[in-house]
Amino acid sequence: MSGTLDSTGIASREMFEKLLPSAQRRAKGPYVVMECYEEIPCNPCSTSCAFHAVKMEALNKCPGVDYDACTGCGSCVSRCPGLACFVINETVGDGKIDITIPYEMLPVPQKGDIVDALGRDGFVVGKAEIVRVLSGPKMDHTNVITMRVDASLLYDARSIRV
Amino acid sequence: MKFTDVVVIGGGPAGMSAALAAAETGVRVTIMDRWSELGGQLIKQTHRFFGSERERAGTRGIEIVDILRKQIMENPRIEVKVNTDVLGIYSDRVISYEEGDRYGHMTAEKIIISTGAAEKMLQFENNDLPGVYGAGAVQTLMNVYGIQPGQKVLMIGAGNIGLIVTYQLLQAGVNVVAIVEAAPRIGGYKVHASKVRRMGVPIYTKTTVKAALGDTHVTGAVLCDMDDRFQLVPGTEREVEVDTICLSVGLAPLSELISHTGAKMHYIPQLGGFVPERNENLETTAPGVYVAGDVSCIEEATAAMIEGSIAGLSAAIATGMNRPDVLKKRDEWIEQLNILRSGKTGQKIRDGLALMAKEG
Repeated sequence: MSGTLDSTGIASREMFEKLLPSAQRRAKGPYVVMECYEEIPCNPCSTSCAFHAVKMEALNKCPGVDYDACTGCGSCVSRCPGLACFVINETVGDGKIDITIPYEMLPVPQKGDIVDALGRDGFVVGKAEIVRVLSGPKMDHTNVITMRVDASLLYDARSIRV
Repeated sequence: MKFTDVVVIGGGPAGMSAALAAAETGVRVTIMDRWSELGGQLIKQTHRFFGSERERAGTRGIEIVDILRKQIMENPRIEVKVNTDVLGIYSDRVISYEEGDRYGHMTAEKIIISTGAAEKMLQFENNDLPGVYGAGAVQTLMNVYGIQPGQKVLMIGAGNIGLIVTYQLLQAGVNVVAIVEAAPRIGGYKVHASKVRRMGVPIYTKTTVKAALGDTHVTGAVLCDMDDRFQLVPGTEREVEVDTICLSVGLAPLSELISHTGAKMHYIPQLGGFVPERNENLETTAPGVYVAGDVSCIEEATAAMIEGSIAGLSAAIATGMNRPDVLKKRDEWIEQLNILRSGKTGQKIRDGLALMAKEG
């Protein structure tokens, strides 16, 4: 594991890019990235996936995504105890992408809100338009928020300030 | 004198699981806890748990406690004694206790000790000022009573508790100025660290708190760099303005009651300090005395619940409930615990257990 993540809690761009599916798959539609870089005993991402797209060799291994099976539905986003699953959709157009994040803070943003997009260190990296909010009982207080941001923020934008 | 089959001392995740596992085999169980309700530290854990689905991974601690409490209340073989302090355990397994304001004693064929752990204190100037809290107290204020402990918090320690409590402070609308960690690496899960980083909380490794500032309450703190040998680096002192200093610098097993039983104890740093020798079935060297959870090994609640199930079944088996289905269930839990500990994060525990076996 990278020394950076160990001492800062921030995964490097290189670590993130290794998780990305093929360019072909990225052009097809939404896909999940599981930013789970450390082997910890945990598997709800795998057991909650209706499409059996998340493969785990053992409880203490990192998840691997079968991108042919992953539909980018985002059900793992609210199930991951580490809040480490994000769905990215690069097919939005207009130089924009959608990033779906787990969000457990108040207030919960509303669809249409324009908020600050925050980077991995909590600093503002740009503006985000909230395009979808899922916050039913099934989410159990882990709201699933989709933000539309500049495509250049693929690696950076990971949170919001409402 | 009152008699029961199994007494469980301590009603946290380990104890509740132990009581349920034992009672489900058919034995009578009394579970004692010094607080007014069962649950232990689970009642403050608002985050989703790790582990596998069988161990309720993905479920929040506060929801797990409701499930376990309900199962205990519905089980006619479990007697619950809350507001009960156990005072002593004697060699013939007589347990003396204070229940509310009444003194009582009872005997049990088997005893399971699951008294958990206590937070460690950190030495620094002015550490007795109001505003210096343990992370457990901060969690109790926020998550049990809905009270913000302060407005600007400095967190000491980047283990899982420090990271999780930081996140819960942010959820409660409290500003966390920084997390400082004496070690060069973040001790807790990196997913927890990433969660608080993207909410804007910096983590300073190789850094500690040298002093709390203030006359009547905390108004700030002096931070200082630490070198690789955990010594303060002179000249690196700087002040931060905070009204709360929250300590999460580790836990120590509350193993005093185990010492009463005459069970052999070991000092194993990897397991958290003085812990009892025990076998795979979690029986100590004191006949009929079992242990489960943080009291025997500082780990996390998922492991504590599995250990509770193993100890509960072991105690029941030893009273005569040695049916094949019960033995099989215990084997499954032992296997489950081994799987949980088999990864990188379980290395410390495995090392500690190996050291204990070597000391013999």
